[in-house]
Amino acid sequence: MEKTKRSLLKNQGFQSFIASIICILLGLLIGYIVLLFINAEGATQAILVIIKNFFKYPSAGAAMKYFGSTLVKASPLLLCSLSVLFAYKAGLFNIGAAGQYCFGAGICLYCALSLRLPWFVCMVFAMLGGALLGIISGFLKSFCNVNEVISGIMLNWISLYTVNTLLAPVKEETSHYTLNIYNVNTDAMLPKLGLDKLFTNNQYVTLALPLSVIVAIVIWIILEKTKLGFELRATGLNKNAARYCGMAERTNTILTLAISGALAAMGASLFYLTGYEQWSVTSSSVPAMGFNGIAAAFLGGLSPIGAIFSSFFIQHITEGGAYVDKTKYCSQISDLISSIIIYLCGFVLFMKTFMNNMIRKSELKKGGNE
Amino acid sequence: MDIEYAVEMRNITKEFPGIIANDDITLQLKKGEIHALLGENGAGKSTLMSVLFGLYKPEKGQILMNGKEVNIKDPNDANALGIGMVHQHFKLVECFTVLDNIILGTEPVKNGFLNKKDARSKILELSDRYSLKVDPDAIIDNISVGMQQRTEILKMLYRENEVLIFDEPTAVLTPQEIDELMGIMKNLSKEGKSILFISHKLNEIMAVADRCTVLRKGKCIGTVDVANTTKEELSRMMVGRDVEFVVQKKDPDIGDTVLKVEHLCVADRHKGLKAVNDVSFEVRKGEIVCIAGIDGNGQSELAYGLSGLEKTTGGKIFLNGRDITHESIRERSIGGLSHIPEDRHKHGLVLDYPLDYNMVLQRYFEKEFTGKNGFLKKKNIQKYASRLIEEYDVRTGQGTETITRSMSGGNQQKAIIAREVDRDPSLLLAVQPTRGLDVGAIESIHKRIVELRDSGKAVLLISLEMDEVMSLSDRILVMYEGQLVGELDPKKTTPEELGLYMSGAKNNLKEGA
Repeated sequence: MEKTKRSLLKNQGFQSFIASIICILLGLLIGYIVLLFINAEGATQAILVIIKNFFKYPSAGAAMKYFGSTLVKASPLLLCSLSVLFAYKAGLFNIGAAGQYCFGAGICLYCALSLRLPWFVCMVFAMLGGALLGIISGFLKSFCNVNEVISGIMLNWISLYTVNTLLAPVKEETSHYTLNIYNVNTDAMLPKLGLDKLFTNNQYVTLALPLSVIVAIVIWIILEKTKLGFELRATGLNKNAARYCGMAERTNTILTLAISGALAAMGASLFYLTGYEQWSVTSSSVPAMGFNGIAAAFLGGLSPIGAIFSSFFIQHITEGGAYVDKTKYCSQISDLISSIIIYLCGFVLFMKTFMNNMIRKSELKKGGNE
Repeated sequence: MDIEYAVEMRNITKEFPGIIANDDITLQLKKGEIHALLGENGAGKSTLMSVLFGLYKPEKGQILMNGKEVNIKDPNDANALGIGMVHQHFKLVECFTVLDNIILGTEPVKNGFLNKKDARSKILELSDRYSLKVDPDAIIDNISVGMQQRTEILKMLYRENEVLIFDEPTAVLTPQEIDELMGIMKNLSKEGKSILFISHKLNEIMAVADRCTVLRKGKCIGTVDVANTTKEELSRMMVGRDVEFVVQKKDPDIGDTVLKVEHLCVADRHKGLKAVNDVSFEVRKGEIVCIAGIDGNGQSELAYGLSGLEKTTGGKIFLNGRDITHESIRERSIGGLSHIPEDRHKHGLVLDYPLDYNMVLQRYFEKEFTGKNGFLKKKNIQKYASRLIEEYDVRTGQGTETITRSMSGGNQQKAIIAREVDRDPSLLLAVQPTRGLDVGAIESIHKRIVELRDSGKAVLLISLEMDEVMSLSDRILVMYEGQLVGELDPKKTTPEELGLYMSGAKNNLKEGA
């Protein structure tokens, strides 16, 4: 009995799961404390609203509709977290996912609004664009020894302003937002496959939802079952051993970042081609989606399957944050609380190490007493 | 009554989860004697010393110094009690002078300023008394390993330590330097210092020690007077069975040239010099050629250059007559070069991969293990790994799925040997294949290498172990400061002669050197 319990505690997957749960609870607790400091009166209600999100709607129909909205935004987040974790498995930190996401958004909107292309062509071009950014980072890393974090951050800014310029001709005359795809080119909208009906006619629920989950599974298969995954993971775990046995380190670095970039950009097209949101051509920062992808990747224990759940959770509390009573708290409170929780999510690895140390210590103590 | 023992460790027991590192060990160090502590890797020598230095607290047992029980909580206590240690890897500040290193930690201060004058005269006096020749103003980086070791010894003497511990002190020395060290140790004991000499080299123990305590698997096997024992008895006590000191091998049956190296140069990554400078040699079928030399004379870089891990800066390499100088690592590997790397953790293994993945690390891309669609054939990989595990006697916890990190060093090394030998290479490049392994594992690895040679393959062995060089090789090449300085026949040479070449004093390959 004792033995099975120990081995369960030592199981990697189980450890990741527990560590993620602990981080979530800690994040909620600290978020709650912050709310208490700002306004003690409404804190309990506010934190409950954040956790509840769409459940706050009494009617099942309305709840379902807003559940759909959460899912619409969870899909691109999932793709971003896949982008981050795929690179991470190969020992690369793709902070450029934010820029690749941004670039992907720009290209798919340009293809849809200006070139009037159908949705899948828009998506493929977006992915190629994201891959291009990845290749630039990978190339710089392989041949000029430029850290991918540095080149990634630089490219984030380059993509932002490139996209602002690119989309300026297709913005509405009266606002700084791009045109609504719905009015311009319905061919460019992602097919709904009847999913909208499932979520009380939420028109934004589309193919993106099942597609993102399928991509997650495909990424898992690539990493675990293929030669490419074998090489990438070996490189991530021990770069020197990978070199020693003759794996093509440079090619693999470039390939990894290309795939990673394509994933982030695909995430953008899965979101902007639903028409849920338009791009503001006066944006002064890249969308947070790519950065949140980092948190989702870690919260999901760096597993593609775990990322499905962590992406949903992070989107869930972000959406929930929007419902917090704005008369008691300033309007940025939702961002603040969700960022605290997301921030804590980054501590999953730390928490795992901490747990392992605890297990070791308790075993050591037992060993000494016997 | 006169107190006989300087240090007495009585009935020390130290447990770790799942293992008893020290089981009721008693070690008595007489005043003024040289006492050897002998044991294989993992026998508990380091644990026992850590207990003496207060790094571990034993579950049972007591430590007495000069007959009084002492409580050592940390290394500072040990220092205060006059216990000093020369570590295997010196703990010196490389850009400081000898003098600075000796006074480091106990700097003499006058009015807040360093007072090196008194320290210098004390050091010169000590160096004179114990005939430890050093230049107090030389920078550590520029002096020989032997002098660095003398600096470490002077550091202990400067602190007036009475109990001196030498942890495998000869590993980095040439035979001449070893002789010198033996003399120094005898001198020190004559002057009344008590010396504990940790080693697994029987010849040295026989030469210098008065008594010897043998540990095996955490237990104390016994303490013997060295004068009344033999090398064979000591080794039987250490290993628990008879050990063959001489590698059994028949005369080499030499065939065609497999590896041909012409004027090879490899740059030193750190210093911008040539680490390998104009080296030429051949290795033929059916022979074991050994590159001997003291650590840091370009052997590692030579191996990097041959395997492709480092770019060569000049010269040519031929494998089976094909020019591989500019080929990639993978091309060389497929072309018949197997490589047992110097550092098994850095290069040899992906430690967090299961064992079966590590077993196919050089072959995973072959048809047998990867399908046309790019998917791994896990079943074939497992089958192959199981066979190697069985054939090469790799001990694991969970078979093919054992995470490699959790295996012992010896078994990790056996896995690498299995992987590299089983590929049926035309040339095996083995760099320090037995580094840090115990006698049993060394025996088995030597056997494998000889088998490979007997099956008509070429073996290039790079080793720092004198015994290994002498017993395993068919031909010895000595490397000194990036160049080959000697070619010797192991049957006709002696360790002493080899030592002269290794230290650069002799050269039979280049005229005028």
